[in-house]
Formats: sequence, C-alpha cells, structure tokens
Amino acid sequence: MSEHRCDITLTVNGESVAESVDARKTLVDFLRDDLVLTGSHVGCEHGVCGACTVRVDGVIVRGCLMLAAQCDGARVETIEGVSDGGEIADLQAAFEQRNALQCGFCTPGMLLTAQELLAGGGVPSREKIREQISGNYCRCTGYHAIVDAIESVAQARAGNKP
Amino acid sequence: MKIVEDSPPILTALDRPNSYIGRSVPRPNMARLMQGRAQYVSDVVLPRMAHVAFVRSPHAHAKIKSIDAGAAKKAPGVIAVVTGAELATVITPWVGVLTHLKGLKSAPQNAIAIDRACWAGEAVCAVVARSRAEAEDGCGLVGVDYEELPAVTDPETALGPSTPVIHPSIADNLCFERVHVAGDPDKGFAEADAVVETTFMFGRHTGVCNEPRAIVADWNAGDARLTVYQGTQAPHMMQNLFAKHLSLEEHQIRVVTKDVGGSFGIKVHTYADEMATVALSKLLKRPTKFVADRIESFVTDIHARDHRVKAKIGVKNDGTITAWEIDDLTGIGPYSVYPRTSGIEANQVVNLTGGPYTCPNYRARARVVFQNKNVMCQYRAVGHPIATAVTEGLIELAAQKIGMDPLEIRRRNLIADDAHPSQGPSGIKFEALSHHSALAHLDSMMNYAGLRAEQEKLRKQGIYRGIGFASFVEVTNPSAAFYGVGGARISAQDGATVRLDGTGAIFCHTGVSEQGQGAEAVIAQCVATSFGVAMDRVRVIMGDTDNTPYGGGTWASRAAGIGGEAAWQAGKALRQNVLAVAGSILQAKPETMDIRNGIVVDAATGAERIGLDEVARICYFRPDTLPVGVQAELVATRHYVPRAWAFAFTNGIQASYLEVDTDSGFVKLLKHWCVEDCGTVINPQLVDEQVRGGVVQGIGAALFEHCLYDERGQLLNGNMADYLVPMAVEMPDIEVGHVVTPTADSELGAKGAGEAGTAGAPGCVMNAINDALRPLGAAPLTDMPFTPDKILQALGKV
Repeated sequence: MSEHRCDITLTVNGESVAESVDARKTLVDFLRDDLVLTGSHVGCEHGVCGACTVRVDGVIVRGCLMLAAQCDGARVETIEGVSDGGEIADLQAAFEQRNALQCGFCTPGMLLTAQELLAGGGVPSREKIREQISGNYCRCTGYHAIVDAIESVAQARAGNKP
Repeated sequence: MKIVEDSPPILTALDRPNSYIGRSVPRPNMARLMQGRAQYVSDVVLPRMAHVAFVRSPHAHAKIKSIDAGAAKKAPGVIAVVTGAELATVITPWVGVLTHLKGLKSAPQNAIAIDRACWAGEAVCAVVARSRAEAEDGCGLVGVDYEELPAVTDPETALGPSTPVIHPSIADNLCFERVHVAGDPDKGFAEADAVVETTFMFGRHTGVCNEPRAIVADWNAGDARLTVYQGTQAPHMMQNLFAKHLSLEEHQIRVVTKDVGGSFGIKVHTYADEMATVALSKLLKRPTKFVADRIESFVTDIHARDHRVKAKIGVKNDGTITAWEIDDLTGIGPYSVYPRTSGIEANQVVNLTGGPYTCPNYRARARVVFQNKNVMCQYRAVGHPIATAVTEGLIELAAQKIGMDPLEIRRRNLIADDAHPSQGPSGIKFEALSHHSALAHLDSMMNYAGLRAEQEKLRKQGIYRGIGFASFVEVTNPSAAFYGVGGARISAQDGATVRLDGTGAIFCHTGVSEQGQGAEAVIAQCVATSFGVAMDRVRVIMGDTDNTPYGGGTWASRAAGIGGEAAWQAGKALRQNVLAVAGSILQAKPETMDIRNGIVVDAATGAERIGLDEVARICYFRPDTLPVGVQAELVATRHYVPRAWAFAFTNGIQASYLEVDTDSGFVKLLKHWCVEDCGTVINPQLVDEQVRGGVVQGIGAALFEHCLYDERGQLLNGNMADYLVPMAVEMPDIEVGHVVTPTADSELGAKGAGEAGTAGAPGCVMNAINDALRPLGAAPLTDMPFTPDKILQALGKV
C-alpha cells in the first residue's frame, strides 16, 4: 500500500509535524483524525459549507477540498492555534457579546473567514461583509448578528468609537 | 453599525436584587465553541471504537433478493458485515403510531431493511471497520441483488385504485386522515361577498444541520451498561427507546449529549441507522460510531412540509371573514416516523389554520399518505409555516379582491387583545394573545405608510417592490397533550436539581438540553436569580441521563418556559433551605433574610449577615457546630409541567419588504420585521436571535429549499451544491420587536420563541412577492419555493 501513502512534513499551529498519510485523506480529516484538532469541522465534504475552513500559508482554504498530501512543507493554522495566539480575541469577544453563534459548528470557519476580511484593513460595508462570509453556512443565526459582530470589530480596529 | 442591545431590558415583577430576568447576558458556553474546544459527537473517540458505514438502497422500492458480503468481509480493516436479518437478533422493529391521532397506522420498521427497501437511501447492510474510510471501502464490495418494485411517489395518486399498496400488512397507502368542521362553513360562504379559492404548494425540504447526525454507542458487556453519545434533542426519550428495542432496562442505559451542531427538530426522532449503530455495539461488544455524511443526510434526515393545500376563504365587503376551508394532502415516505409519528404536521395544519382570527366557520380535511421517498416528520415550527402561509395568503388575496389594505383586513378580523381566553376555529385554546398590539407595533416599527409611498414612487420608475405580512399563532410549552396522551414515553414535565457546593456556588442539573438556542444561559439566569447568586457562580449540567432529572429535552419551544420554570422553582426551594440553616447559625428568623449576590442578608436592610461560602463550610465541614437536630439540606429539586393549558400559544406578526427583478425573476430581500409575544422575556438577545434564525430558515423555504424527486423516487439534488440554503449575501437585516403577555400558568410567565420566525416568514415573503407583481397582472404565486423560473412564468416571460 506504500504507493497509497505519502510522507509529509509541515507546521501546524507553529508545531512541526511529520506524518505518513493516506494519499486520499483530506486535510480536514488529517487534522481531525491524526492530529486530533477537532475545532475544524466537517459539514458537507464538498466545499460548500465552509465549516472546515483553515489557513494554509496564510490564506483560508476548505479543508475538505485539499488533500493532506498537498500540504507537505506548508504552514497550516487552525482555529485552535489562531485562537490561542490571541489574533482574533477581539472578534471572539464581539461574537460573544452579539450572540453571533448558536450551535457553534460553523463558528471556527466563520471566524477565520471574517478575520481574513478584517486583516485587509478598513471598514467594509455590511454588503461586503455578507459577501465575504457567503461561503460559510450558518443554519442558526440568520447571519444578522454575525454581520453586526464583524462590523463592530472593523470599526474598533479602525479606531472608530462605538 | 455598533453593537447595541436589541431591546431594552424588560422589567417585570420577577425582578429581585441582582435579577437576570430580562437581561441580555452572554451565554456561558460560547468561549469553548469559538476556540475549537467544543465536543460534538462527531469529535468523540473511544478506545476500540469501530466505524460504521451503510450500504443504502439505490432504488425507491426494491426486493432484496440476496446480499453477498464475502468480498467485503475480507477487505482491509473490516471487522464485520451485518445484514438486517442478522441485526434483528439484537434489536426489535418499531411502529410509529400514537393513539390520540385516531386511526393513524404504519408498518414495522427495521434498523436495517430486511427483504425489502422502501426508499432510496434506506440502509440494507452495515459494514463495520477500523476507520470510516475502510468501512466505506467495504460497502463498495458488498453485492446486493435487488428486484426493483413499482415506486409510489405522487401523493395525488397514492390512494388511487391502480396504485400499488406499499405495505401488504396495511390495507391502503393512507397513514392518517382528519376531518374537522366547526361553525357553519356553508352558511359562511353563502354570506360572503367575495370568495377566494386557490391551491398552495409547499416544497419538501429538510433541516440541513451543519453537523450531520452523529452517534457513538458503547455497550460494555462487563458492566452490562450501554452508554450512547448522541446529538439528540431528547436524551431521556432515546434512553427509553434504546432500552425497549435492545431488550435492556432503562437504568442500564446512559445517553450523553454534549455539543450539538444544530437540531431544528431533525435530531428528535428515531433514525434507523442510529438504532443500527447502537445494536452493532451490542452485537460486537465494542464502541461503534456513525456520522452521516452530507449525501446520507439528504436521503435519511427527516424531510418536512411536502403539502398541497386547496384552500378557500369567504369575506364580506367590510372585510369580515365569513368562512375558511382547507384540504391538505401530504406524502410522508414509507413509514410514520417513530415515536412522534408523521401525522403531527398535517394535524397542526388543521389546528392552526385561521388561528389568529375570529371567524369560527371552518371546514378542514387532512390526509397523510405513504410513498416511496425519504420519511417526513417534525421539523422546526411543525405545520405552522403551512397553516400560516395558507391563512395569510388567503387574507391578502381576499383583501385584494375587496380592495382593502392588508393590515386593515387583519385589524378587522384578528381576535381582540382583551377577548381572551378565546379559541381558534379548530378549537385550540388561547390563554392570552396580543395580535392587535403586535400589529400596531409592527406598523410603526416598519413605517408602513412610508414604505407604501416609496413603493408607489418606485413603481413609476419600473422598480417592483412588495410588502407582505403574516400574523401567526405559535405552539409552545407543550403539555402531555402533545405526545404523552398518545402513549409515547416522551416527558412533558421537566425537573431541575440545584445543589450548593463547598464554596457557595451552585450546580443546576436540568432535563432540558442545549443545541445552541441558549438553554444553558436561560437556566443559569433563572436559578441565579431565584437563588440569589451571580451567574458565574452557577454551573449548569445538562444532556446526561445519568446526571439530570427526568425530562423532555429541548424541542417545541419548551426549554425556557418549562425547564426555566423548574429551575426557577428549584432555586427558590434551595434558597429556603439555605436560609433555614443560616437562621440556625445566626439565630435569626429565615423569613427576615434573603440571599443576594451570594450573601445571606437581612431582607429589610440588605445588611450582610453571612456569606454562602461560610454557610457551606459550616454545613459540610463543621456540621458538629450546628444546633442539635438541625440537618442542612443543600440540594433541592423541583419539577414543572403546564397544567392549565395544553399549550402556551404565543403570537406575532411579520413583514417582508423585497424587490423582484422582473427580467431575471430574482428576489432581493430588503428588510424583514417580526414582532412576537413570548410572554416574559428571560433574555431579550437570545429571543431576538431565535427569531432571526427562524426567519431565515423560513426564507429558505420560501425562496430556495426543495428536495426534488423524480417520478421513480430518486432525490435529484441531495447535496449542498444543488440544494440551496440561505447564505449571508441573500439575507436581509431583520428587526425584532416584542409585546409581553406572560402566561399565568407559571410564576416566570415565559412562553417559547423558537418557532415564531419560521412560522411566519414563508407566508410573509409569499405575500410580498405577490404584492410586488400585482401591478404587472401576474397570477398570484402559491407554489413554494418561489424560484426565478416560477416568477418569470407568473409574469408570462417564459
């Protein structure tokens, strides 16, 4: 079966990881099953729902549409690492204050997707925020609270007083 | 926009010092969800755990002639290949009937099909392996020889003489029929100045929980105990069903529900593949795990709302409604779902149609038929979106016919706010509703007159905007009348146990559970307030049948109204217990003291007497210092079930403002409003967010969501690329307002709020689309979802 396995070396949340993986294994399954980083979720497995969103080399990707074998040499960041590093502490606080999550299953992906927009700077319009998160399915909130939370962080980061 | 409180805190008589009732406090469980530290069932891993995958029937109806498991059994990693007949040695079949739905019938359903598959997607064989991938590989090697049978797919012909009967054990394809006549509908129609008659269609759709159904079963043969980790809304109900069908006692079974990635009624039913997974654990004596993938979810998660309703309204020229008539037909798949049955939605359509209005003349028939498609059952707001869209669609068509404003016709027919107690045309009983206050609030909140002026102005520029409304009533806080009286062992009551820990903090164990609605926060708010501590001194324990009072769980908007009241009463009871022992310690009368912010105080002056930490220290570690004969009781349990009313009906009204692109048929939602009355509002923000999420779920039904089947019973769009769900960019901002009419059945006075959004949104959006297209002479659209092609057809453009 060796032709079906790949040896990969990558960093995940800053830690060096060397593993032998099934060639067919998706990145999100690798993160969840092999590294037990269960903060990235599997919602649809065909790239629509965004629950598996992670960052690879600084860019958000769908963990279900990328193979683990493609990540050799890559820098992967998951919600666990981004959260513990404090990068999105203000965004998490805004989500909490605004109840911008209910079941929480979409939330890790939603936070990483929002952070990508916010990292670009400026204060995006509500329409722009809605467009940015339109690859992240949330069945619970109706999105309004999520848009509010992201907008408030954009304002705060731009130095605008609430 | 900055973050502001959606609603000002609503002060009530329940206010105590440090009250959390009516305050938008954040939920205590959000941090772990945001940090990737949640534990959903799909995350659970146990030692020796094996993974289950299922071979599923590709045919809507087929005889299973033989199953060849030889190659699969030899595949790498495969532990077992188990057929329905083999699994039947450890699990018995079930029949989804309730005695109070008279005449409802169904056939025995097996965990894995034996001899015959009745819908495309029904499991016919299980493969258990070391990993899910290996289990799926094994499935690919199982050879099943099918003989395809004729599929019954169209509800309209399901009862026809030339249509095959799906279950030989049942005489026909009729699952349930209800006829209801009230008042004098014939006289009512005869007296009408105008009669509107049309047919409403509701596309079959489904819940699409972000986390698919997931279960881990762990039969420990050494302990003779079964632990089941399940993303369920009703842990005690499942405990009972596992016991009943696996020949165990309930006390041998523990159901644990941790974080649940969405539920919406999808996760309150018995699923054959989940029952099979539990049976496989018992058979193989090791933990087994099954997580539905998205494709499986679409063909096995319950579907809902596949209804065709022929409907008629009579109205006088002064707007008085004179009669209603509906004929509902729904196809529910090959089995009535266990244990809540698949007759409830049609029954609710009969119950709720015309519900907000005074007209008593009503004739209704509902028929529920079997078909070879995936099963249908209760999904968020069961029956409400259908009854509301039919009622509100008829009202606006009638208003149009007699040339009356749509809000005015409602004002003339809604049950008066001071006319309660009252009842709807089906006989449903209302304790106290506030239709007129809600309508008035909505009218001003949305600036109705201003919007009408804007609409008129834009029409002259060729821009077609519409305004639609939907008043509604909502079933919440169900008593035993919902299921218990029909013989189902589903708890209507709920309990809460509150105990003081060694430092003066409290634990509250509750039978209701959390899937994101905020039940944990609401329970903590209730008990913190009634006992007298800060919320961060309350730990809520839920979702564990070993460690919570017997209860119903969270569904039908019962957690806050029923579970919250039990927690409120348990907190009060523990306060009395603590004050009794504090009185002994302080040589003071307990009734002169109170607990505020974790401190026993003099009730009159607020002066500090003793901290709860000190009371706990004395009671637990130095009880020898208490007076002889004084035994501190630092745990209190209370239960609650609504008794005065079968259901705590709530009410509300929604409005939609939208624009139709008459060239493309696309609908742009501009704004949505909802005013609802859920009685005492425990947490305004959580109520608002229940409404917003519910509205968007209802918008999904109105515009996008549809399980499309072909005539052979094949689901054509069973994936998230083809089955459209609401995404952020298409959704409007949603403004929420409240009217507060508490129920007198409980001290707290809280009713439910979880169905309101979904109940009203589809009808409201439908009315807005028709309002937009009216000047263009389009035939009214009544066939949900309102896709661009249907709109273009109505405009005669395709």
